[in-house]
Amino acid sequence: MSAPEEQVIKMYAAREEIYPRETAGRYARLRWLFVWLTQLAFYGTPWLQWNDRQALLFDLTTRKFYIFGMVLWPQDFIYLAVLLIISAYLLFLATAVAGRVWCGFTCPQTVYTEIFLWIERKIEGKRSARMLLDRQPWSVGKLSKKTAKHLAWGAVALWTGFTFVGYFTPIRDLLVEVQTFDFGPWEWFWVLFYAFATYGNAGWMREQVCKYMCPYARFQSSMFDKDTLIITYDTERGEPRGPRNKHAVLQTGSCIDCSMCVQVCPTGIDIRNGLQYECIGCAACVDACNGVMDKIGEPRGLIRYSTDRALAEHLSPAEIRRRTWRPRVRIYTAVLCLIVAGAGAALYLRVPLKMDVIRDRGAMGREVEDGMIENVYRLQIMNTTESAHTYRITVGGIDTLALVTPAIVRMEATETRAVPIRLRTAHGAAHQGSNKIEVSLTSVDDPALHVTETAVFIVPR
Amino acid sequence: MADFTSGFWDYYIAAITLLGIIGCGILLWAQSKAKVGKRSDINVDTTGHVWDQDLTELNTPMPRWWMWLFYITIVFALAYLVLYPGLGSYAGKLGWSSTGNYQTELKQAEADYGPLFAQYQQQDLKAVAADPKARAIGERLFLTYCAQCHGSDARGNKGFPNLTDKDWLFGGAPETIKQTILHGRIGAMPPMGAAVGSEKDIENVAHYVLSLSGSTSDPIKAVFGKSKFGACMACHGADAKGNPALGAPNLTDKIWLFGGSADTIMETIRNGRTATMPAFGDFLGDAKVHVLAAYIWSLSNDVNAPVVTAATEPVVAPTAEAAK
Repeated sequence: MSAPEEQVIKMYAAREEIYPRETAGRYARLRWLFVWLTQLAFYGTPWLQWNDRQALLFDLTTRKFYIFGMVLWPQDFIYLAVLLIISAYLLFLATAVAGRVWCGFTCPQTVYTEIFLWIERKIEGKRSARMLLDRQPWSVGKLSKKTAKHLAWGAVALWTGFTFVGYFTPIRDLLVEVQTFDFGPWEWFWVLFYAFATYGNAGWMREQVCKYMCPYARFQSSMFDKDTLIITYDTERGEPRGPRNKHAVLQTGSCIDCSMCVQVCPTGIDIRNGLQYECIGCAACVDACNGVMDKIGEPRGLIRYSTDRALAEHLSPAEIRRRTWRPRVRIYTAVLCLIVAGAGAALYLRVPLKMDVIRDRGAMGREVEDGMIENVYRLQIMNTTESAHTYRITVGGIDTLALVTPAIVRMEATETRAVPIRLRTAHGAAHQGSNKIEVSLTSVDDPALHVTETAVFIVPR
Repeated sequence: MADFTSGFWDYYIAAITLLGIIGCGILLWAQSKAKVGKRSDINVDTTGHVWDQDLTELNTPMPRWWMWLFYITIVFALAYLVLYPGLGSYAGKLGWSSTGNYQTELKQAEADYGPLFAQYQQQDLKAVAADPKARAIGERLFLTYCAQCHGSDARGNKGFPNLTDKDWLFGGAPETIKQTILHGRIGAMPPMGAAVGSEKDIENVAHYVLSLSGSTSDPIKAVFGKSKFGACMACHGADAKGNPALGAPNLTDKIWLFGGSADTIMETIRNGRTATMPAFGDFLGDAKVHVLAAYIWSLSNDVNAPVVTAATEPVVAPTAEAAK
């Protein structure tokens, strides 16, 4: 080789705009169904009321999390952790069975992109019209279309941000405030931040979020195996690809190389190159190809949901289904069922009353009249229900152990308070040093509200 | 207060910070493109890295906005260093400091809760004590600031007086209690061993003191002790009933701050005692101390307020709204 010629390569490249073509078909309808379901839930839930308060409200200032009939406190944080674990296992299970269905149908990134694309189509027109518009020089017409699109995107984004904040601040108050622009600084920040994130991600970033930012997209491939349903192109049937020629009988495959599958792809890949990390499993190419196959009178399914093994071994759909119930799926299902059952039981058995028994550290214990030994405690009581209750304090663990201070405590709804108590026992009833005792709190009006905590009673040497 | 006496380290840290940021910028710029040998045999971009003679690495460019994000972080870092303290001893244009932040939050809390306490501050201490809401606030304040020494039940500890009895070292009027909290107290009993006399004399005086409250004592030693009690009268008085102006305790009751056995009393006489109640005036402010004093007074006095309901057992007053 002669002296190599040098060239400069760029390590960063501008994004190439993707203009996904609109699709119609089974999977497009399914996606729109999920758009409606998820967005009705997201935009609608904060407006539901429950006993004179918002049904779902995460009140960060008072650190109380209202979920319909239940109030969770920061001490119940374990339930959030369990919820996240359940979500993770649902993702594992769904991915092992059917690939990236979460990405393709329910992920907010997909759902908002779908909504934003719909707005884009309504204002700028179909794929070819959009491509043409972007190539044109700036004109009044182009400017007004672009302005209208961004205004519409901005409106959806702002409403999304408003709804998001409505989960943390009562949304009805927020609606009153928005009419006079009377938001607090943090409300402004989060409404605008969330709106900006929605606008930026669904309007501008789109597939780049999945390709370069999303960690789930990357680790989902570790849950794939040969029996995972993925979007596949049937190479054997499709190749060699090429246009149909009416006059000559050519030995061509079913693929007529119309490139519809590429045009509809929201991540801009060619599914005919096989499974790629960019594929979010949205099945838009399946819809597109089926439409083309119908037109040219070929059977559907050149691009279809299938598995690696099914393609290689020509398995029937029934055999694919049978292989779904494989050890990986069984383990995910078993773990998921266990956690869901455990979390359900824990929630069902949860006592909405908490108590900490804190012994006064200033004194070991004191001798009072008649030689009785006295210890002082502080009961940190949390009534986590939304109604006032009267509780009775009882003690046990040492014979003759008795409460000297009032045994009845009244707690208002969702009140937290420290109640000092004094316990006495006769001299000699307990041994010198520390003795295990139990302090119980039972609601007078509802015996199911009952907690018992252990503590230590100290008899000075 | 500077940790170092020389300004050198300030410049040293500022230089490291700035050089680090500039270094990041240069690295980013240098790595955004590369000069590679042109290859005629393949038709794709490579990074120019070659291994084992023919293994090359495809160039898969990152999106360009990613690079801009890196540059934005550099701009952010520089803007931050201009606005906030970060460069050596430079305080930043905004003049932000953690102490200032704390003071702002304190002022905010004062503005939020101030009116509530100010309202009680206008009232007479006994009137405040009669208000169950104020007592609930007082209890919370007590559990936060006073319970460490006086106990959650306010019954004290060795060296820390019981606040629920009628026995007051410096006087139990509500205003006096408020003064005690505001300015603190020092209760000092000097070592009296030498003044009283021999070890025998000290023991006799101890038994005399015990006899004053009718506690178990040796009557013969008490008789001898009485003659030596003169040394104690300056503070405790001829009748041994103490002097609230000096904080000298009444020796004729059975309440003992440091213990009431003959041995302990002898130790007290021999070595003296010093107990300090710190001043809370500057820390809590007059308004909070007002509510606190009313609560403490209510522990040993009938506030003629508690509404006795039909319930057989007393009900601890609710406090939810009051203490918010």
